[in-house]
Amino acid sequence: MGEGTGPGALARHRDPGLQLASCGCGAWHRLNMALELYMDLLSAPCRAVYIFSKKHDIPFNFQFVDLLKGHPYNKEYIKINPLRKLPSLKDGKFVLTESVAILYYLCRKYSTPSHWYPPDLHIRARVDEFMAWQHVAFQLPMKKMVWLKLLIPKITGEEVSAEKMDHTVAEVKNSLKLFEEYFLQDKMFITGDQISLADLVAVVEMMQPMAANYNAFLNSSKVAEWRMRVELSIGSGLFREAHNRLMQLADWDFSTLDPVVKEKI
Amino acid sequence: MGLELYLDLLSQPCRAIYIFAKKNGIPFELRTVDLIKGQHLSDAFSQVNPLKKVPALKDGDFTLSESVAILLYLTHKYKVPDHWYPQDLQARARVDEYLAWQHTTLRRSCLRALWHKVMFPVFLGEPVSPQTLAATLAELDVNVQLLEDKFLQNKAFLAGPHISLADLVAITELMHPVGAGCQVFKGRPKLAAWRNRVEAAVGEDLFQEAHEIILKAKDFPPADPTTKQKLMPRVLAMIQ
Repeated sequence: MGEGTGPGALARHRDPGLQLASCGCGAWHRLNMALELYMDLLSAPCRAVYIFSKKHDIPFNFQFVDLLKGHPYNKEYIKINPLRKLPSLKDGKFVLTESVAILYYLCRKYSTPSHWYPPDLHIRARVDEFMAWQHVAFQLPMKKMVWLKLLIPKITGEEVSAEKMDHTVAEVKNSLKLFEEYFLQDKMFITGDQISLADLVAVVEMMQPMAANYNAFLNSSKVAEWRMRVELSIGSGLFREAHNRLMQLADWDFSTLDPVVKEKI
Repeated sequence: MGLELYLDLLSQPCRAIYIFAKKNGIPFELRTVDLIKGQHLSDAFSQVNPLKKVPALKDGDFTLSESVAILLYLTHKYKVPDHWYPQDLQARARVDEYLAWQHTTLRRSCLRALWHKVMFPVFLGEPVSPQTLAATLAELDVNVQLLEDKFLQNKAFLAGPHISLADLVAITELMHPVGAGCQVFKGRPKLAAWRNRVEAAVGEDLFQEAHEIILKAKDFPPADPTTKQKLMPRVLAMIQ
């Protein structure tokens, strides 16, 4: 059918518009059929998937599932992801949740440049290590900061206690310290000289508290410099576009918040 | 010096790695890090893992933390049977999906269940309010149900017809509340059947060996005041 059958091989098919590729698992995948990506760019994991897909021209339909309007709780979306979380991917009949799983899937299916998820055993392990660590140690404190500093006050009209705020700030600072000392160290990027999925996930998480006017990059010049490198590698235009909605969150009229969403909160 | 695995079988992720390495005949030196004695906080151990957590791996000069990363490292390095982390794109994605989901959900619930039900009152001598315990057990219930409804469904194993890393990680997590006396499989015949399949696939002897310590968690002698003081801050941070 095609020229070679190894990973990355492309095949000519009866239908000249149909592009197929082999990723090494033995099956042929349709490359030019658009994926459905269910996202709201307010969510850091969604931004990681969005940026990665745009950067590599992966064909997808942006299915906007509005967090502020409670859309994850809609019947249609629950059919896609009963956990009501974002992002979700739909590739034909195949539905996948969890941004880390989605990023790995996209890397493999679309044979993206290897530095994103390097084949070297030790270097890849460093990416896996960060991707595992960040769920609890990074994402949670960053999310909490937005809740405590912005969302709860805006929604309930009450400020959060200073004690709680201080505790959360301390948690965020501790995560950033661990990030710098253990994961980044003196390297350009987490794995070394090139950007990988780990940097992408790290940067979108670190951007999250910006919505609450908390700049996590001010703590350390090393981290600030790393962020600039990551932004440049991604492309400033794409980076800014992906973060537009987040940066405008504080200006959103919370009085229009769907009562269902308010209750869930 | 060959592969060294720094483990305490009290810890769920350590059990998953122990079982995986043994089952696949991966040669390693077991370096026990006694959590109850606070050995993970020692300077010696921080040379292996500055994050002061188990499990940790040392392979020559290369050190690694995070159980999921360690399992994937062992999978790739030792070329284990395909079913543990299938080459097939979608089957592999299912394993990745579970391994990502469980960090903040089932793992957290299982950890809190053990600590709120047994470790705080018995080991640390710290009372836990009935409301806190009830909330923790309710959350555990929700996550166990999600495991069954969203991940297992009507399949033999979590990611398909064969055992994978996902099943190993899940089962070792569930043994935490089991060790605390929670009957997570009661009223859940589908999940109980899955548990039996996993145990059979792993091998009953290996499974029992890995879980000997957690099943005796209720019998741990109380910590002395010094140890308690040393452990408390990190325990509180760990289970929040």
